[in-house]
Amino acid sequence: MSAVISETHHDEHPSGIKRWLFTTNHKDIGTLYLLFALLMFFVGGAMALVIRAELFEPGLQMVEPQFFNSMTTMHALVMIFGVVMPAFTGLANWLIPMMVGATDMALPRMNNWSFWILPFAFTMLLSTLFMDGGGPAGGWTMYPPLMLQTGDAFPFVIFAIHLMGISSIMGSINVIATILNMRAPGMNLMKMPLFVWTWLITAYLLIATMPVLAGAVTMLLTDKYFGTSFFNAAGGGDPVMFQHIFWFFGHPEVYILILPAFGIASSIIPTFARKPLFGYASMVYATASIAFLSFIVWAHHMFTVGMPLAGELFFMLTTMMIAVPTGVKVFNWVATMWKGSMTFETPMLFALGFVIMFTIGGFSGLMLAIAPVDFQYHDTYFVVAHFHYVLVPGAVFSIIAAVYYWLPKWTGHMYNETLGKWHFWLSTIFVNLTFFPMHFVGLAGMPRRIPDYALQFADFNAIATIGAFGFGFAQLLFAYLVFQTIRGGEKASDQVWEGAHGLEWTLSSPPPYHSFTTAPEVK
Amino acid sequence: MAHAEGQYYIPHGSHWPLVGSVGLTTLLVGFASWLNGAEFGQLLMLAGVVITLVMMFGWFGTVVRESQSGIYNAQVDLSFRWGMFWFIFSEVMFFAAFFGALFYARQYSVPWLGGEGDGAMTNSVLWPSFEAAWPTAGPGEVGGEFEIMGAWGIPALNTAILLTSGATLTWAHHALKEDKRGQLALGLLVTVLLGVIFLGFQAYEYGHAYSDLNLKLSSGIYGSTFFMLTGFHGLHVTIGAIMLAIMLIRVLKGHFTSKNHFAFEAAAWYWHFVDVVWLGLFIFVYWL
Repeated sequence: MSAVISETHHDEHPSGIKRWLFTTNHKDIGTLYLLFALLMFFVGGAMALVIRAELFEPGLQMVEPQFFNSMTTMHALVMIFGVVMPAFTGLANWLIPMMVGATDMALPRMNNWSFWILPFAFTMLLSTLFMDGGGPAGGWTMYPPLMLQTGDAFPFVIFAIHLMGISSIMGSINVIATILNMRAPGMNLMKMPLFVWTWLITAYLLIATMPVLAGAVTMLLTDKYFGTSFFNAAGGGDPVMFQHIFWFFGHPEVYILILPAFGIASSIIPTFARKPLFGYASMVYATASIAFLSFIVWAHHMFTVGMPLAGELFFMLTTMMIAVPTGVKVFNWVATMWKGSMTFETPMLFALGFVIMFTIGGFSGLMLAIAPVDFQYHDTYFVVAHFHYVLVPGAVFSIIAAVYYWLPKWTGHMYNETLGKWHFWLSTIFVNLTFFPMHFVGLAGMPRRIPDYALQFADFNAIATIGAFGFGFAQLLFAYLVFQTIRGGEKASDQVWEGAHGLEWTLSSPPPYHSFTTAPEVK
Repeated sequence: MAHAEGQYYIPHGSHWPLVGSVGLTTLLVGFASWLNGAEFGQLLMLAGVVITLVMMFGWFGTVVRESQSGIYNAQVDLSFRWGMFWFIFSEVMFFAAFFGALFYARQYSVPWLGGEGDGAMTNSVLWPSFEAAWPTAGPGEVGGEFEIMGAWGIPALNTAILLTSGATLTWAHHALKEDKRGQLALGLLVTVLLGVIFLGFQAYEYGHAYSDLNLKLSSGIYGSTFFMLTGFHGLHVTIGAIMLAIMLIRVLKGHFTSKNHFAFEAAAWYWHFVDVVWLGLFIFVYWL
């Protein structure tokens, strides 16, 4: 038995392209996920800049309206499925085995497949921009009947989504199997770092909802090509039914995009406040409550579609209830910092920016949760402002914070702190310049997903466009910093951060190829 | 947790995942091109299916060889168990989407089209003569008039067949645990045959529906839910039967021990899952 093992996996370190194509190593796969997410971040970002350039002034000047619509659609699909989700999965790959004291992920070959489906899926998705009839332009939510008017791109978009779903499901199965089965002796569930906890629950949400999305888009496909009537009222179906099925996936998806961010903030803030996390158990229960509630709030995306009053009330009240566990979390982060000896290195700055600006997005979410008020806000830029606050200075900031926090561990080099701080301040100023004015134009009635607008919205839109370009170019600094740190720099200690706790900091920087070949003792 | 004896087996690099990605992508690009009317689409699909099958043969073959050589400890076994469990859960949720569509149509969209509910004006404005009923092809009579499949003919028989196959599979499992290899092979063979008979009846039923009852995939919401639910179920029965047939081949080759036979159990879990989905189908699609 041991003969086979030493033959096959004893610190074998393949090199060249094969290392990356055939790898079963959690660190290599984590790196692939993160680099893929970074690449897609610039692709999706370029699309956002096309949108903002068109909206710089009223009138139609840069692009055709159809292309504008496919930019909003593709920007969303790329950012959600190609940036935030792969980045979180990359972090999970790198960190979960190290945090629970395992050698690697539980199912290493499948881990490779989860990643290597993605480049194929996104090649398929992005290629639709060059097809007859252009890319998908019905919005990332793909509502029929509009979505059914897509040209040749249609089946490619559907199948690309199927592939992304397969990738996410396999990745999530791996995360759950790793967490449930690979923990070091003594690492019981309530000792796990919160990043591990939030990912466990995220993975559950993914496995529960991605198949539902697959079902929804399959019904779209058969409605278009095989004569089914799921979303056709003449045949007894209902276009609104698509929205229900889609948002049954879509709302848990929103928490898939933020729960790991909660885990990251809960890792970083105690380190730089030099205090243990306040209310660990309540954080776990709050995460689980948010996950549970995410399954019973979906129709708050559909208040104006025409629902029975009982439905409006139910979904309004359940949605507001989410503010309770979320409030617990924000309170705990603040309480962790209370009377701490705080320092403000770049990861901490991004984590603090996350807490403050995510909370702004949370509050605008509460406003949107009020059904009668939502009738005013629905499909305006206020909604755009809301979800960009939770996704950009929320999810994306948390990912950036995580990269600064763990990059010294991964590479063995410190990043350039001065440039890191520049990156933070430029990002924070420009992200607010981009998205805060959208609240105002939204409340004043500017509709989303339209390439032109009334004159009175011109000033705020010009400001938002300047902010967007500033934010976009500030991210080049991030890419530069990351590659600079990978290539070299001041040697990082194993501990890296004075106040850091957890198994990953007991490994060398950079850690060995196989994390814990013998399980560590957890007290 | 890591109490198991021996090291956790971490496989070396594998090219099968990449082959799988190429296979799936070829299959789907082919399918999409075919839907767009390109003639090469079907050829591409075929190539995709072949590549995917080669991948599955190679990948599973590697895992079988590794398992037979005894390098998987109890902890690896548990990882496989969690993997299969959550995979089946994802399948449950896939079916849930289509059951959801069925319930939504029956509870909401069809009654609303018939004029029920305060807000729904569709009936009075568009189809004042439409009365809500189930089954229906909708107010537009999409696909024309059709007859439905009665529950107490072939579907009831198929229910009995699948339930029996679940029992014969459990019998095979007990035989495996007691090391009675003859009974094990017989039980598996009977299970696979029952699965094949089920699929044969299902195929006959589809032919009957299309040629005699004018019940088609395009027969409004009834036809859509009927064929998509039973169709995806039939696909899963096919997959399950193939899995069990492979288990039978492995049994005949002398694989599995009374204590160590997770592949068999995984296939059995899958078969029982398919069985349970059928019960839901029988009750909500055929019977009620």
